[in-house]
Amino acid sequence: MSDTKYTYAVARIRALELSLFSAATIEQLLACKSYEAALQFLEERGWGDGETRGDLEAMLSREEEKTWETIRELKVDMRLFDVLSYPHLFHNLKAAVKEFCTGESQAQLYYEDCALGREELLTILQDKDYSALPESMWEPAREACETLLRTRDGQLCDVIIDRGALLAIRQAGRQAEDAILKNYAESTVAVADIRIAVRCQKTGKSLDFVKNALAPCDTLDMQRLALAAVSGLEAICQYLQDAGYGEAAEAIKESSSAFERWCDNRIVHTIQPEKYHPFSIGPLVAYVLARENEIKTVRIILTGRLNGLAEEAIRERVREMYV
Amino acid sequence: MISDLFTNGIVWALLGVALAVILSGCGSAYGVGIAGQAASGVVTEDPGKFAKVLIIQLLPGTQGIYGLLVAFVTLSRIGILGGSAPDLTTGLLTFAACLPIGVVGLVSAIHQGKTAVAAIGIVAKKPEQFGKAMLFPAMVETYAILALLVSILAIFSI
Repeated sequence: MSDTKYTYAVARIRALELSLFSAATIEQLLACKSYEAALQFLEERGWGDGETRGDLEAMLSREEEKTWETIRELKVDMRLFDVLSYPHLFHNLKAAVKEFCTGESQAQLYYEDCALGREELLTILQDKDYSALPESMWEPAREACETLLRTRDGQLCDVIIDRGALLAIRQAGRQAEDAILKNYAESTVAVADIRIAVRCQKTGKSLDFVKNALAPCDTLDMQRLALAAVSGLEAICQYLQDAGYGEAAEAIKESSSAFERWCDNRIVHTIQPEKYHPFSIGPLVAYVLARENEIKTVRIILTGRLNGLAEEAIRERVREMYV
Repeated sequence: MISDLFTNGIVWALLGVALAVILSGCGSAYGVGIAGQAASGVVTEDPGKFAKVLIIQLLPGTQGIYGLLVAFVTLSRIGILGGSAPDLTTGLLTFAACLPIGVVGLVSAIHQGKTAVAAIGIVAKKPEQFGKAMLFPAMVETYAILALLVSILAIFSI
């Protein structure tokens, strides 16, 4: 009967899903005449709180906090959500390695909602006490520090830590018992690899660089993707068609923003089946990812408005919604 | 001494009564319990749906009532609440007659509870679909009613 331990949590999430933005709500947000009107629209829908009035970034941060407050209230095993925190955790590691090696303070680059913040990471790096980090971060942290100190190549440091993050996500997916976590990990790594291949092709990186940047995953052949990345965009598209990522190939051919949109939509498609599962951790994980997607979409629309982007240009970047 | 017990008809009849109540009651307790967890989750966020989710939560509770009904009817015929004490054959027949509602009550209540959880999920998102949502767990009830009928008919025919 252990399959029913998330019954209360899932039912509560179902009720909360009603407040997630649908495509229709996003249309209403897009229809707001100005940045201020869009902010007011969000405030009327309960976004932010009294202290975030008129401040987009503060409002979005508050919404991220609200999501995690809700999940914590459900009293489920928070370790199941570790895999979702890896991107922020490894981002903090990246910032800490650069600050430690260059001596330049970059306090504003750190995420605050992480298990390891600036102070802890800098202390660990200064003491070379990598074992104080989660196991998946030991090797990337050590390698990135040594590489940056030796070569002063910030990009190489980024590649090492980003690959470490992808390997950690993949490992977490493999160890997870829940299908949603396995699927999320696979989709995340595959999408990241495709993104890396496209960017490497556009910046003309060498085959060795591409191979070092890509992380293995089950649905893509790293060797073929790396070769395609150094052969050209057409080769990448052809390989993606063969590998079952035809939509990605279409998006790459359309535009950069269409490709970025596909990357996020792929994750939304991965979590869509969780709308119909009443007994697993899946709907909870899907809710967190749906909220992240929603907040990202709102940020795209409002920053687009603020910077005077045309409605069509903003619309092209709008992600699909979970509900 | 113990072997004497199993040659006594009333022991078998009471064992049947006990199983009818225990199994169907356990099933209903589980079903109502799990549906109650889901109902609590919805009411935490939207207290306005209390009445709707409560009705769905109660659906798996009927098996326990059916078990109790069969138990009362049986007790009134075996010399406990009325009737006369059964011989061994009648006791064994009574035991067999109580089994359908006991076993089917247990299994159907567990499944009805899980279906009720899914139905509460429908009400959480689309309260206007309450009628349709309630039908899904109500379908499971069919098999508990069939078992109740068989148990009652068998007991009255002994």
